[in-house]
Amino acid sequence: MTIDLAQFLPTFLEESYEGLETMETGLLNLQSSEDDSIHSIFRAAHSIKGGAGTFGFTQVTNFTHLVETLLDEMRDGRRDIIQSDIEILLQSVDCIRLLIEADRNESVCEDESINNVQILLNESLKSANTQTINESEDTNDSKSTNQQSWLIDFIPQPHLVQTGNDPIFLFNALADLGELRIICNTSELPVFSDIEPKELYLKWQIQLSTLSSTEKDIREVFEWVEDECILDITLLGTEAAVDKEQDLKSAPVASEPALDIKAAKEETTRTSLTDNDKPQTSAKTKPDVGSIRVGVDKVDILINLVGELVITQSMLSELGNDFDLSKLEKLTSGLDQLLQNTKELQESVMRIRMLPISFAFNRFPRLIHDLSIKTGKEIELVIKGEQTELDKTVMEQIGDPLVHLVRNAVDHGIESKEVRIANGKSPKGKISLDAYHMGGSIVIEINDDGGGINRQAVLNKAIEKGVVEPNSTLTDSQVFDLIFEPGFSTANEVTDISGRGVGMDVVKKNIQSLGGRIQVASEPGKGSSFKVNLPLTLAILDGQLVRVGTEVYIIPLISIVESLQTKTDLINRVSGNMLLYRLREDNVPVLPIYQLFNLEADNIEIDNSLLVVVESDGQKVGLMVDDLLAQQQVVIKSLKDNYQQVDGISGATILGDGSVAMILDIPGMISMALAQAQVAQKTAHNNIEEVV
Amino acid sequence: MDIQALAKDVPAQGEQSLEGIDFITNGEQYLTFMLGTEQFAINILCVEEIRSWEQPTRIPNAPIHVKGVINMRGVIVPIIDLRIKFEVGENTYLPSTVVIILTIEVEHDSKVIGFVVDAVSDVLNAEESDIKKSPAFGGSIPPEFIAGLVNLENSVVTLLNAEALHKIEKHQPNGGNKS
Amino acid sequence: MAKFLIVDDSNSIRQMVSFTLKSAGFDVVEASDGVEGLEKAKGDQFDLVISDVNMPNMNGIELCQELRKLPPFEFTPILMLTTESSGDMKMRGKAAGATGWLVKPFNPEKLLATIKRVVR
Repeated sequence: MTIDLAQFLPTFLEESYEGLETMETGLLNLQSSEDDSIHSIFRAAHSIKGGAGTFGFTQVTNFTHLVETLLDEMRDGRRDIIQSDIEILLQSVDCIRLLIEADRNESVCEDESINNVQILLNESLKSANTQTINESEDTNDSKSTNQQSWLIDFIPQPHLVQTGNDPIFLFNALADLGELRIICNTSELPVFSDIEPKELYLKWQIQLSTLSSTEKDIREVFEWVEDECILDITLLGTEAAVDKEQDLKSAPVASEPALDIKAAKEETTRTSLTDNDKPQTSAKTKPDVGSIRVGVDKVDILINLVGELVITQSMLSELGNDFDLSKLEKLTSGLDQLLQNTKELQESVMRIRMLPISFAFNRFPRLIHDLSIKTGKEIELVIKGEQTELDKTVMEQIGDPLVHLVRNAVDHGIESKEVRIANGKSPKGKISLDAYHMGGSIVIEINDDGGGINRQAVLNKAIEKGVVEPNSTLTDSQVFDLIFEPGFSTANEVTDISGRGVGMDVVKKNIQSLGGRIQVASEPGKGSSFKVNLPLTLAILDGQLVRVGTEVYIIPLISIVESLQTKTDLINRVSGNMLLYRLREDNVPVLPIYQLFNLEADNIEIDNSLLVVVESDGQKVGLMVDDLLAQQQVVIKSLKDNYQQVDGISGATILGDGSVAMILDIPGMISMALAQAQVAQKTAHNNIEEVV
Repeated sequence: MDIQALAKDVPAQGEQSLEGIDFITNGEQYLTFMLGTEQFAINILCVEEIRSWEQPTRIPNAPIHVKGVINMRGVIVPIIDLRIKFEVGENTYLPSTVVIILTIEVEHDSKVIGFVVDAVSDVLNAEESDIKKSPAFGGSIPPEFIAGLVNLENSVVTLLNAEALHKIEKHQPNGGNKS
Repeated sequence: MAKFLIVDDSNSIRQMVSFTLKSAGFDVVEASDGVEGLEKAKGDQFDLVISDVNMPNMNGIELCQELRKLPPFEFTPILMLTTESSGDMKMRGKAAGATGWLVKPFNPEKLLATIKRVVR
């Protein structure tokens, strides 16, 4: 029977990655050997090694063995806990991560860090103790090819059964090796009245006739009791005088079968990856669907809510069976109940995908630790709000941008120790991460108490790159926003941490693609603050329904600045056909949706029309609509599944009446408007040329 | 048990019955429909549903043959008017106008698309040998859409290529955008 | 049907041992550390206890000692699951009253063959 262990691989991997995190966190906080955490660090490594062996992850097993040995010495007190060892161990954690991936893909890890760290580990262990684990099956020394007869004298000590061993079972196991003939010797048995019930007075003589087993195999059966007995094993002979009761005429199978059994055993030692190659490879190449750990409490809540929904449904169903107007009130209250149930159900289900942001924040202690060393700056990391929950997918995608922002804070924000002291600041820089809910979004703040953003440097660079006109007046926040322009970096040398100039604009793009936005504030000498605003979930949107002609569109609430009725005297016409609306100090370009989408609208005049002012990427635009309808939450459905990407539209949704409404893509619409304007300008230009 | 009679009584909600289904057949079965006075057919295995025409939600700046999208049990389905696309018949929208919803799978990519037609007719059985090649020249329909021709009594039925329909919106629009 | 108690803080090891034994027709109860293992042991009868050595709260050696103090477990086979095959391990195990040991990495076939020495 081959037992397929492949199904346990995901659990093992999950467990191992968690274990590695435990090790990392533990190591970072390890102060002294009195620290209890050394034990959990050791246990984590021990578990990983054990499990790895089972799945044939030899690279992991071999490497982790060294780690485990080092940790063992540390936890036993045989070795003081010193910083350099902790450093090596931290690097080992990274290595194990790489090796797990490599072994999982059945590839050899070529990363040189593995070798380097291994050397360090060995040096630290001060012994060239790189012998591989002798956990592989012992290869049989002398493969028997013929029928062999063994005589086994088994004389157990009286207290044998008190160890939990029982000769009957030992003989059972022995029977696996061949045919047995057992003779019991009761000569030592005392008189009944003298018998100690818990003691064993018997001894045995066993004749074993076996084809392939060796003395080693026999001893192995008795290995647990070898100190509690006298065990004599003698080879009587090959094809020896076999007792009549043992009739083994089976053809002396040659070495091949013996080897086969051995080979098969080897195979199964390598665990689950046995005969079936196809299912195995498919299991390996199947893309990771991903999984979520959900607290049972969340599931229970869901079950309750669904239960209530079922009750409401049957109630409504019954009402519908024999309905007349007298039951109208019951119907409305039933529908209210339904609304309540669906709302609660929706919230509950959303919460399942929500995980605390600590998963994303977890990597930062280590990151700061490493960066501190690299830059020589002393940095304190403060993390707040790590229990704030957000959607799993959003969290996975926000990880890298956050890392970049933190690196940026370390590299460009926090000044060197000398500079800080010279400015009367504490030599230790402080970076704080915070997360909290606000409205329907989650806000993540990265603050540093460094030198702030150099306004002039940024402005100069922007002018140099032609992003702004030399003489333009910009507010502070406008200047700071410039750092999100592509190719922007004021760092004079490119450090390998950040500053290659590809970072910030990508960060902003990533955040925007999640439906969020990023703002930066800064005070010279005091520090900078980055605020990232993200929707709590990607599938649902708070929208404002608007009507243009006969069409209904949805504008994401998060982009809306305000809605207003236009006043004629605030309208200005510029460059012939561009309409600007004066909104306080801003001149907001007007975008007539009907024009952009080639529709027929009720109102095509800007005077006294309805304008929804939206903002995207710092740019404000006024969308001309015919009517403002309701505000509601909508479920985002993709147009790409059955159709394709449409300019200006980010998706579709199904309204309460079953009809489909398009969700506007504000940045997309702005691009479209720009494009249209350019085309119009060009045609106008050409026309003029023709005339001339 | 008269299967034909049973089949007549089979319409599911929102669907029209497919009468005269011959269950004992060789070859493949095709649903025939009318565009103008011309007869076309598509492999019946692709046919998901037949719906009566309802005004879809328009897609901004879409080609004129793309009428918009509808909600079909929670799925957003684009509706394409083949009469416009193939320049056959007239794109009138009468109570009798019908939309055939097809589910077309090409290389693990499955799309649900609705096609506006004038009417739906019988199910046609045709074997490989019945399908003749369509002339390469003439005609307003791009050849990639045509799988072949089948003779039906005195008239001809144009068999459409489902795979080509799968990619239909990727084609350049006939007639261009309204500007 | 023989009933076993499996004690190990590693989910994956516990699951695999459980699975293997159940596939062979044994009844299995699981615990994730020594304390839980002891609790479960007190509440039931077992034909075999398999325990990991390194666990939080109460390790395998301690568990073994505690079990041996309970009358029902005086003769119950107790096996230690360990990655160390050193003589040191054996001594500690035996001193605590363990019946034997099983070396990780874990081989389902070998596990089943080996436990034959102490159960039917």
